[in-house]
Amino acid sequence: MSAEPILSVNDLRVGFATEGGLLQAVDGVSFELQSGEVLAIVGESGSGKSVTAQTIMGLTRSKNSRIEGSVTLEGEELVEASDATLRRLRGDRIAMVFQDPMTSFNPVYRIGRQIAEAMRAHRGDVSKQAGRARAIELFEAVGIPEAERRIDDYPHEFSGGMRQRAMIAMALALEPEVLIADEPTTALDVTIQAQILRLLGNLNRERGLATILITHDLGVVAEVADRVLVMYAGKVVEEGTLDELFYDPQHPYTWGLMGSLTRLDRPRPKRLPQISGAPPSLLDLPQGCSFRPRCPHEFAECSRVPGLEARQDEAPGHRDRCWLSAEQKRAKREVEGRIGLEAPAP
Amino acid sequence: MARFIVRRLAGMAIVLFAVSVIVFLVFNVIPNYNPAEALAGKNATPTLVKNTEEEWGFDKSLPTQYVTMMKKVFNGELTQYSPRIPVDERIAEGIPATLSLSIGAAVIWLFFGLLLGYIGAVRAGGALDKFITGFAVAGISIPVFLLAPVLIYFLTYKLEIFPSSGYVGLTEEPWEWFTHLILPWFTVAILSIGFYSRVLRSNMLDVMNEDYVRTARAKGLSERKVMTRHVLRNSLIPIVTLFGLDFGATVAGTAILTESFFNVEGVGLYAAESIGKLELPPIMGVTLYGAFFVVLVNALVDIAYAYLDPRVRLGASAQ
Repeated sequence: MSAEPILSVNDLRVGFATEGGLLQAVDGVSFELQSGEVLAIVGESGSGKSVTAQTIMGLTRSKNSRIEGSVTLEGEELVEASDATLRRLRGDRIAMVFQDPMTSFNPVYRIGRQIAEAMRAHRGDVSKQAGRARAIELFEAVGIPEAERRIDDYPHEFSGGMRQRAMIAMALALEPEVLIADEPTTALDVTIQAQILRLLGNLNRERGLATILITHDLGVVAEVADRVLVMYAGKVVEEGTLDELFYDPQHPYTWGLMGSLTRLDRPRPKRLPQISGAPPSLLDLPQGCSFRPRCPHEFAECSRVPGLEARQDEAPGHRDRCWLSAEQKRAKREVEGRIGLEAPAP
Repeated sequence: MARFIVRRLAGMAIVLFAVSVIVFLVFNVIPNYNPAEALAGKNATPTLVKNTEEEWGFDKSLPTQYVTMMKKVFNGELTQYSPRIPVDERIAEGIPATLSLSIGAAVIWLFFGLLLGYIGAVRAGGALDKFITGFAVAGISIPVFLLAPVLIYFLTYKLEIFPSSGYVGLTEEPWEWFTHLILPWFTVAILSIGFYSRVLRSNMLDVMNEDYVRTARAKGLSERKVMTRHVLRNSLIPIVTLFGLDFGATVAGTAILTESFFNVEGVGLYAAESIGKLELPPIMGVTLYGAFFVVLVNALVDIAYAYLDPRVRLGASAQ
């Protein structure tokens, strides 16, 4: 790995004041993003993955939020930065693509104008013609046919997949160093998903664009990610390269995610496996490991919070939060000949 | 677009027809009321009453009577009972005053309504927001028949800040026109200021949660641009509908009370007088004039809507 990460997040904690008390949505998340890398953050709804992403952009700042820890972009601290500083970074050096392309454009303005608006927000001297020309160029780069004509369309005249392409074009307008894609394919058809992922992968390779990909879909992760972070209840529970995570998953929650994938190359199971139970309320977390109530392998040690540590000498970058030993893990994760989480004892 | 306008015009004609029929029928069910007697004037001889009855066809069937009346409306022969002046003349005389009152009030309520709504939304939950909410609720709750006398009593008679009632033409003496209308303007506007500020505030708070507002922030737009170009712009769409309805209604009817209190010699005051005297022709005329304005303003709003929301534009041209 190269020496200096482009973005580094250190012990990030984001809490929201709610009527039920302080809701700790992100609880001590740390990671580094190297330039040219695709980092996937995986987790189910409420695991804190989107909040982490939005906090990097400064979009979770409000009267009701408490943000601690540190986020640095090439050495510049963002958590402590003023709103004006963050505003200058947003869209210029860090850009974001959102989940729902149907609602992420303002319905009353033409797409081209919305892209030009992003450019003018940072480069006041961009003329109308130059903004338009650049928008057409971006449309072509993300594979929108008839760019010249479509640039003057309104968002409702675009299909979902095309809108997401336009969204990516807008994010690329100022050639950011970091792109955060928050579930960019969740709202799209499977065929369109593949196209969008290929596009993101190409951008990453051709432009060296460091990308954080947030998703709950391991299939998406396998397609494009270099490194993966698995989040559960606001914490990172496992972190490793794509291969480490897929071929040697350490945390039972990751096993559960793997086990619930349908695989076309395996015999069809009678029932699609699932992780029993529901994620804990962030206002009322279990003592110790947050996954404990859903984990069939729970034992006495689990009442203490496990640290995020590398537990195998041969893979120092592969870290997890589970007290089981490496041998125990290898034995316990085999369920019916594949990786999975066995159903808890009745 | 041409088809759209033709459809709107046809719709207007149907609405006006329905209004005229309803007003006409209402007058025919008022008990113990002989229009011929009223029309012939006080102390009329029985012969005169009889002649009048024949002229208007009051002895004929209802549809015939209706046709006779509508003929008079379209030929400009509709006259009030006493003194016998053509109704359209009286309405034409009143229109400048009524429009001065309505348009001025509309400008005031839009300006203050939107300003207070915007401030309330941007400062939601703060002290200023709470103050504006209190003011708005008070404005909505105070009826014209309380507000008007109170304003006249304190500001005109006690403090003598404003001239007493009446209307001065804009072209005659612009300054007098202005000072005479300030109190009526605010009397009409205060309810709408409260109402519009509440509606805009809640629209804006809704729009602030939209995904595209987050996108706008993620692009790095300044907070002011996010608020004006994205939040305010999209929150104004429902306000336009509201304004169309309210402005039409103000020209057509709301001004009746206010004009009466401030003695502004407009169409509303004329309507109030005619109702007092139970004179059918002027009421018919004034009602049709009011309905015409309501329908016209609504058609204009539909066109403005297409300008504000491109999705509507597509729908209209697709038909």
